[in-house]
Amino acid sequence: MSATTENTVHEMAAQKYKYGFTTDIAMEEFPKGLNEDIVRLISAKKSEPAWMLDWRLKAFAMWQKMEEPHWARIHHPPIDYDDLYYYAAPSAPAPKSLDEVDPSLLDMYEKLGIPLNERAALAGVAVDAVFDSVSVATTFRETLSKAGVIFCPISEAVREHPELVREYLGSVVPVADNYFAALNSAVFSDGSFVYIPKGVRCPMELSTYFRINAKNTGQFERTLIIAAEGASVSYLEGCTAPMRDENQLHAAVVELVALDEAKIKYSTVQNWYPGDADGKGGIYNFVTKRGACRGRNSKISWTQVETGSAITWKYPSCILQGDGSVGEFYSVAVTNNFQQADTGTKMIHLGKNTSSTIISKGISAGHSNNTYRGLVKIMPGASGARNFTQCDSLLIGDQCGAHTVPYIESRNMSAKVEHEATTSKIAEDQLFYCRSRGLSQEDAVGLIVNGFCKDVLKELPMEFAVEAQKLLSVSLEGSVG
Amino acid sequence: MPGWKPLEMTALPTRKLEAWRYTDLRALSAMSFGEVPNPPAPVLPDLALPRLVFLNGVSSENLSSAVPYARGFEAVAEPSAEPLALINAAHAQQGITLEIPAGVDAGTVLLISQAGGTVPFAFHPRHRITLGAGARLTIIEIAKGDGVYWHNPVTDIVLQDGAKLEHVRLQDESREAFNLSTIRAEIAENAAYEHFTATIGAKLSRTEIHAALLGTNALVHLNAAQLLTGTQHGDFTSVIAHKAPNCASRQTVKSVLAEKARGVFQGRIEVARVAQKTDGYQMNQALLLSPDAEMDIKPELEIFADDVKCSHGATIGALDNEQVFYLRSRGIPEAEARSMLIRAFLEEALEPVAQADAKALLEAEIETWWVKQ
Amino acid sequence: MLEIKNLHARIGEKEILRGVNLVVPDGEIHAIMGPNGAGKSTLSYVLSGRDGYEVTEGEAIYNGQNVLEMEPEVRAAAGIFLAFQYPVELTGVGNANFLRTALNAIRRKRGEAELDAVAFLKLARAAAKTLQMKEDFLKRNVNVGFSGGEKKRNEMLQMALLQPGLAILDETDSGLDIDALKIVAEGVNALRSPKFSALVITHYQRLLDHIVPDVVHVLAGGRIVRSGSKELALELEAHGYAGLEAA
Repeated sequence: MSATTENTVHEMAAQKYKYGFTTDIAMEEFPKGLNEDIVRLISAKKSEPAWMLDWRLKAFAMWQKMEEPHWARIHHPPIDYDDLYYYAAPSAPAPKSLDEVDPSLLDMYEKLGIPLNERAALAGVAVDAVFDSVSVATTFRETLSKAGVIFCPISEAVREHPELVREYLGSVVPVADNYFAALNSAVFSDGSFVYIPKGVRCPMELSTYFRINAKNTGQFERTLIIAAEGASVSYLEGCTAPMRDENQLHAAVVELVALDEAKIKYSTVQNWYPGDADGKGGIYNFVTKRGACRGRNSKISWTQVETGSAITWKYPSCILQGDGSVGEFYSVAVTNNFQQADTGTKMIHLGKNTSSTIISKGISAGHSNNTYRGLVKIMPGASGARNFTQCDSLLIGDQCGAHTVPYIESRNMSAKVEHEATTSKIAEDQLFYCRSRGLSQEDAVGLIVNGFCKDVLKELPMEFAVEAQKLLSVSLEGSVG
Repeated sequence: MPGWKPLEMTALPTRKLEAWRYTDLRALSAMSFGEVPNPPAPVLPDLALPRLVFLNGVSSENLSSAVPYARGFEAVAEPSAEPLALINAAHAQQGITLEIPAGVDAGTVLLISQAGGTVPFAFHPRHRITLGAGARLTIIEIAKGDGVYWHNPVTDIVLQDGAKLEHVRLQDESREAFNLSTIRAEIAENAAYEHFTATIGAKLSRTEIHAALLGTNALVHLNAAQLLTGTQHGDFTSVIAHKAPNCASRQTVKSVLAEKARGVFQGRIEVARVAQKTDGYQMNQALLLSPDAEMDIKPELEIFADDVKCSHGATIGALDNEQVFYLRSRGIPEAEARSMLIRAFLEEALEPVAQADAKALLEAEIETWWVKQ
Repeated sequence: MLEIKNLHARIGEKEILRGVNLVVPDGEIHAIMGPNGAGKSTLSYVLSGRDGYEVTEGEAIYNGQNVLEMEPEVRAAAGIFLAFQYPVELTGVGNANFLRTALNAIRRKRGEAELDAVAFLKLARAAAKTLQMKEDFLKRNVNVGFSGGEKKRNEMLQMALLQPGLAILDETDSGLDIDALKIVAEGVNALRSPKFSALVITHYQRLLDHIVPDVVHVLAGGRIVRSGSKELALELEAHGYAGLEAA
């Protein structure tokens, strides 16, 4: 590192998190702590049928017997699960339409750049806004229902579409899949439900915007997306949280099901509060995301840009059951200051001629640690399966860590698996070249990092790509070196 | 044999340990091993080189030649908590201690282990090889045998400034045997450790190498070829610790798996914060020759320094039909075409083996293995 | 002499060749032209015995033997040489080793004595010189890191050494500059003799300026739809393949 570069590092203030404000709104919170009564309360609050409550209670019983996993390269003080609120929601009755939504909430989403007013909304994007434990608004529902698409809060789907929810909920991520999934299954409060019927190409992008606002509150959203035969959908997810000194827990579960010839594209820009420059505060993000390519020639594509959270523990995966099915994972994970990310994917090849692609770009700066962890598993029946994995890490500064932990298992000789990984730093000559053409140090780093991530960013829907690029630069502010 | 102690098989590692997730030692822990039997009639390689011969783990004075700077077994306290090394330390009574003084080129030494007997037995040699500053040595290690046994050697290697050790191993144990080899190397400034293991034998084997690059410009090559068939299980595990700046590590490990064989490669490159300008490269490739073969790979990078160039690559697949067809279209019969391609596949790993006798020996073993297929 | 009679072949469910009839007498060079997807490459692969093509009907007789029943290496020994459109790269296999193994395998099958390393090298060097190839060519891995032109030269070097009776050139001219094109042509022309014949498969007429064919055939829709003298190639160049595909 040059002296100038070094100086810039110190001169830069702590990174700016522009979504760190809080919103004052009358809230209803359940008592702190987790027990069967809380699970029952959540279920009752949502007016759930008995089967749903039974499912939750079963999950809770299993969770109590499980232990928090510690195999990931992350370190944190023990989480006191009894010191959290498991339900927090605006106390006003649930709005029936956008006109009834509390204006301070609408203002807040406006500030986040997510106008919920349909006229002002991003063209072609329907939004479900989840605020702490509840969905506060879902836009463009009529437009979608004309096409036969169901897009609603999952709490509503449990009541209105029980046959679909019962068939698919927990079918990709079983209740006892892992500690955090079991916890989520017991206490999930809201999230989005999407059903694209046979042959329908969803007429617009669907999007859920998650916001944690309340203090000491865990957010446990649950998302279930089903694309029936020949259907296709592109789904976007965004998340932010206020700056708070305490760590907050986020343990979501996302399940995707693609039937014959169906396609699901799931994009995430994860920008939960990452904590301050000294590592204080920030979200603990323990998320289970998994898609099942059940049908032949089905396709599930995960794209994620992970810049937020103090801790990220997340492995969006694909189970490639259907012959000819395709799984993709495109990821950019940026860690700065004291952030820790342990993220990657699993591609489980079961069907014939299944193929998967993994492109992972990890960028570590500050004192952070960034780990790619992935599994490619070719089962004996997966004749003709293909996998290509490319994972690249970029280090900025000499106090951070970049780690790559791939597992590759092949039990079929006709399968072809290729894996490549590299680790490097931002080249001084690239920086110099940019600066000699007039770019500031910050801009030069932003430019180079964006170039490094290009293969992933190009997979994002247009509306998100620009935002994601900006986010990358912002996340790395103060790290340059 | 005096001093023989029954083994505590409960001390063996299990798959619950991350480092053993792909190698299951239950078949070994179910065994009970008796006293070491009288050795079989030795069959020694026809190489005109000084040699140290061990029969069933016991040094054979008659068959060994006078090797300068070699001494017998010397007990040392086991520094690690590694289960296999601890078992070795508790039972080791034999082994070589080689100390090459600074500046001496000690040429090539054969280290031969031959085992066999009618009852199952185990032996735990402990070898120690130290090269003084600027010293040179080539060791060709050959392990062969018949019958059921467990060979559990630990080899500690210390290379002082500018020393260079070429270590070529041929593991061709009995198809009923277990070979779990632990090798630890400390490599000082400007020193080089060049390692090659050919894994051909044993029912279950693991070569576990820990190499620490402790001084600037130190170099390590850990190359291997695993040729496995039947229900053989072969594991090559390495941990390379870059603890000084400007060091380089190169690893090329190739597995050729026939029938129901299972190959494992685990390789970790650790780069400490001080180890700037590290150049680490790791290539692992497997050819599956049968629908029942399996390969598991876990290449890891753990990097704490920013100015480094580290990469790893891995591929698993079958022989390329296009290549087979190309060769056949030029008149080369299918079996010969496949043999050429397998040999070519191994070339990158084998290429750095410099000692001519070692190279010829390995070439012959590969050829023999292929002919048997 | 090569005689193809009513040859039908398919890949999977798709029928590509739908009754090809063709006779190439010894000493003649025949060009096969046709639009993309006509089955040109399929014909060359079926003749040289690549996997993945199922012959459903018909035969291809070369010097009295039905080549379709032979293994690829037996066809090579029988004198059939396929110059690949995309020569395959063989990492780890040295060019000299490859050529010598191939040449000796063929010599064995023909009942000729194998060549030792010295005799082989002498032969290979001479052939390489004729093709204006550098000597390190023999030391390099087969086609690995070769430019497009070098790969085609390497194909010609193999052909010169293996001395086939029938050469099939599968769009050997694709991606070649004029100099490389001339080398390919010289390679083929050098082998011209009353005992040598060649099938030159090409999309463009320009290669035929350098390898002048005795007969030009048009392959379209999996059949030979027209045959004629070398002027046919010029006609095709001027008017394209339109109208022929329907035939």
